[in-house]
Amino acid sequence: MNLTLRIWRQPGPDSEGAMTTYEVSGISPDMSFLEMLDTLNEDLIERGDEPVAFDHDCREGICGACGMVINGDAHGPERTTTCQLHMRHFTDGETIDVEPWRAAAFPVVKDLVVDRSAFDRIIGAGGYVTVATGSAPEAHATPVAKPAADTAFEHAECIGCGACVAACPNGSAMLFTSAKVVHLASLPQGAPERETRVLDMVGTMDDEGFGGCTNTGMCTTVCPKGIPMSSITTMNREFLRATRKGGGSR
Amino acid sequence: MALATRTPGRSGPARTAPPAPPRGPRTAVGRFWRSTIGKKTVMAVSGLAMLLYLVAHMVGNLKVFFGPEEMNGYAHWLRTIGDPVLHHEWFLWIMRPLLLLAVVAHGVAAAQLSRRDLAARPVKYAHRKPRASYATHTMRWGGVILALFLVWHILDLTTGTVNPRGEAGHPYENIVASFSTWYGNTIYIVAMVAVGLHVRHGLWGAAQTLGAGSRTRDRALKVTADVVALVLTLGFLSVPVGVMTGLVE
Amino acid sequence: MTSPYLDYTTGDPIADTKAPAGPVAERWNRRRFEAKLVNPANRRKHTVIVVGTGLAGGAAGATLAEQGYHVVQFCYQDSPRRAHSIAAQGGINAAKNYRGDGDSVQRLFYDTVKGGDFRARESNVHRLAEVSVEIIDQCVAQGVPFAREYGGLLDTRSFGGVQVSRTFYARGQTGQQLLLGAYQALSRQIAAGNVEMHARTEMLDLIVADGRARGIVARDLVTGRIDTYFADAVVLASGGYGNVFYLSTNAKNSNATAIWRAHRRGAHFANPCFTQIHPTCIPRSGDHQSKLTLMSESLRNDGRIWVPVRAGDTRAPADIPEDERDYYLERIYPSFGNLVPRDIASRAAKNVCDEGRGVGPGGQGVYLDFADAIARLGRDAVAAKYGNLFEMYARITAEDPYATPMRIYPAIHYTMGGLWVDYDLQTTVPGLFAIGEANFSDHGANRLGASALMQGLADGYFILPATLADFLARHPHDEIPPDHPAVTDAVSEVTDRLYRLLSNNGDRTPDSFHRELGEILWDKCGMARTDAGLREALERIPALREEFWRRVRVPGSGSDLNQSLEKANRVADHLELAELMCLDALHRTESCGGHFREESRTDGGEAERRDEEFSYAAAWEFTGTGTAPVLHREQLLFEYVHPTQRSYT
Repeated sequence: MNLTLRIWRQPGPDSEGAMTTYEVSGISPDMSFLEMLDTLNEDLIERGDEPVAFDHDCREGICGACGMVINGDAHGPERTTTCQLHMRHFTDGETIDVEPWRAAAFPVVKDLVVDRSAFDRIIGAGGYVTVATGSAPEAHATPVAKPAADTAFEHAECIGCGACVAACPNGSAMLFTSAKVVHLASLPQGAPERETRVLDMVGTMDDEGFGGCTNTGMCTTVCPKGIPMSSITTMNREFLRATRKGGGSR
Repeated sequence: MALATRTPGRSGPARTAPPAPPRGPRTAVGRFWRSTIGKKTVMAVSGLAMLLYLVAHMVGNLKVFFGPEEMNGYAHWLRTIGDPVLHHEWFLWIMRPLLLLAVVAHGVAAAQLSRRDLAARPVKYAHRKPRASYATHTMRWGGVILALFLVWHILDLTTGTVNPRGEAGHPYENIVASFSTWYGNTIYIVAMVAVGLHVRHGLWGAAQTLGAGSRTRDRALKVTADVVALVLTLGFLSVPVGVMTGLVE
Repeated sequence: MTSPYLDYTTGDPIADTKAPAGPVAERWNRRRFEAKLVNPANRRKHTVIVVGTGLAGGAAGATLAEQGYHVVQFCYQDSPRRAHSIAAQGGINAAKNYRGDGDSVQRLFYDTVKGGDFRARESNVHRLAEVSVEIIDQCVAQGVPFAREYGGLLDTRSFGGVQVSRTFYARGQTGQQLLLGAYQALSRQIAAGNVEMHARTEMLDLIVADGRARGIVARDLVTGRIDTYFADAVVLASGGYGNVFYLSTNAKNSNATAIWRAHRRGAHFANPCFTQIHPTCIPRSGDHQSKLTLMSESLRNDGRIWVPVRAGDTRAPADIPEDERDYYLERIYPSFGNLVPRDIASRAAKNVCDEGRGVGPGGQGVYLDFADAIARLGRDAVAAKYGNLFEMYARITAEDPYATPMRIYPAIHYTMGGLWVDYDLQTTVPGLFAIGEANFSDHGANRLGASALMQGLADGYFILPATLADFLARHPHDEIPPDHPAVTDAVSEVTDRLYRLLSNNGDRTPDSFHRELGEILWDKCGMARTDAGLREALERIPALREEFWRRVRVPGSGSDLNQSLEKANRVADHLELAELMCLDALHRTESCGGHFREESRTDGGEAERRDEEFSYAAAWEFTGTGTAPVLHREQLLFEYVHPTQRSYT
């Protein structure tokens, strides 16, 4: 396949950026999107140009490092991560636009690389169970009903890639935040910190400059792990419940 | 090439200071209003209050099809609700500030949230996808249209300032007069379509915000929102249509 | 011409002096009791550097910080949550015996020593088995959503050639869930100010002064700034070195730089040739392949592996009748069948492909067929167990595994070798510790399935915090001046090397060298190794290294995000480590575990281990790039599990 790529190039956080056009040829339909970019980068290096910077690591759809907006869709036309998107979903001769995640809370570092450390701070605000190493009770001491365990798992699957933020017209991080809130709220282990967790995480989410949720559902349509819209609703309910209970936070 | 080398210190760069205490208000109400979810809750509750009012308003409007006496009688009755406990028009004067509060709270929260939302995406995508922002735009711009309409509507049929007839105590005649002008109809029809779209997404969104949604209920909620929006719009539109077709005169 | 590298010398034997004597089951308790403690009030004054945030590093950082130490932690990823432990699929072993199927600490110990083909240290393995039960408790308390049964209790499955159900799992994403548990605990400590986290920062050298590890030199990958960081102790949790092979199941950026730099500064590197080749990976689809994707070995519980009986049979799998299929694992190993250990399954796949019976593009694949499982259990039951793996396979290959058999082929997955550590997980450099896959200790020559997660978390949560305290208590920190020659040397070595890479102005990309190196290693130091092949590799690797430094091209500058520079710097280290791997493989003329020497086979053609000569861990001492290292042998004593030739027939 031969393709025309229009890729956002931006030398650094404070520099101006622009869409830049590249032609690539000899692309196999079995290549992943990132392997296609590897091919471009190998060409660029051989020509003495700087390759396109993009985050990637596991390349099997689980680490959440990769992510770019491809033809206006976060992670491209398939509901998966960019590394698991294959070129067979494009046609020969196509022009493909590639842009970084766009959000105030995700400033561009270089080219397609953005800074998602805001997500880490949201987790640090309460996305955990406080349990000192070695102090845990016997694992079977607290049974967890299978449906609750399944709900917890479904939400714990979030890989923190940020596609939800990239796709949301408001750059909202509600789906990311709610996935962790719901994961831990579903389990008895998460109960003691249930109220402080949701209040602190939502507070940090807002402080980081993400927008609010307008229930467009765009986040769930791009989420590679299929975190459902009900996750956000449940977090809203948890937030209201915690506020009603006095709104104490740490 | 520049490879910056830092003068070594005991632990590299300065140790991270302990995190700053959370900014902002410490009271539950303050935190609530400050958070996006809190503001959206205010929007949901005020929106639902206004929706209830709209439903009653729309049902009342249908009186127009039964002639001026019934319509004007209904309008008069509204002023006597609560009698003899409440004095004449007291009920209306209790409702008006409450509605005004709902409108203001809804509008202020919406404006603040919109400002946040716009700031959250300072650089737009070069490759635009229209569907992404459809609902957001109908809510945001639809809300602005409705706010403007509200002013017009009060000047038209409450104070009568811009009404071609504008005679207090004769709402039936005022309505017919207003809908006999092209601009009156146009403004009203546009606004009612906006109401429909606004309620359609807003009711569903309010349910989500208040935590009423769930995977099993979401479909039913969406259908409910669609039906309520449609009935409301058709009900409101039936009045100008009635005037235009001569059913009401 | 023979490489001067081959003339290695044998130095003094090395021995673990930290494990207490006495019954193996009491050693860990005794060690913990004998270990000195650090007064809680003084812990804050001790700084510990942790490199890496995977299961081992994340768990260690969180635990040390929680205990009151000041932790300075590093990861090259943009977030500690992305360490490659996240990609582990299958599960984590623990001797809980919840099934009452005869499991015990003793049996897990026995299985691990045997599975490691008698090349691991008994004391360490027993401790690992003991600690395994605590890990599950800890993770459940953190909210890790393990699979559960309808009664609300934890589900387990049997995994990777083990006959008890001791593997706890969270669908096919156990590593993810365990890592997120550790990451969340770490995040709590970061937010509390107890861990100073440096993401997107890569360790490029170790600072050793006056015989003790003092800190590291690291590069901020975003600004390019090179900083020195000092500490009372340095913990490497930087993972394995499987990426030396270019194509592996490791993350693209996983690398050996931290451990290799430590090796260059005096830490012995043990058993570098012990690499694990995982049998169930998705075959490569072409030259563009950038990495290989593993599918959980749990697939072998229900899938049947076969190839056509006839070589060169290109019919579609559905068109090959039952009697023209060779279910070769079931045929050769009737009692274990498709569940033989990884090394055996991998080698068998290589053998049938070498016979020309491989399937798929290039004949580099075998079928993993679920038709029988679907017929027996129903499609829904199979989907419930393996649904996400099937989806992943379908997405990558555009084939539907419910309808047509999967194609699989072995790939480099895990490295059992690593920095030599004693019972306290301390390397030969005082104050330098290595945990998780970065060390060599617990898996011997072959790792059992679902044991990597167990070891990473055991090291990080439970073992290191105890042994590190002993070191800190016994070795009061004496600060070295920042202009100490050891510091300035390390910094200038790092900067010089980066400068050299940037100013080289060659004509080949770093990746092209990496690919070439990977091909040499896969051919010569992969699933089967020969004397001649290894000697050839030992000729070609130094030549490639020389060419690398002559022809590599790295565009851009050193003062911003430069992924080519990162890559080239890692490849440079791979080019040195690869040589040591081949030498280690050459010197070990026996077959054992993941290391199969063609020359060392039984009459039946199976791997032959030679305990009289090789019952030792080979700890190599660095003497200079390309110059022969010194071999230190650690003799392994088997007091409890007596070596037998592995037999799975």
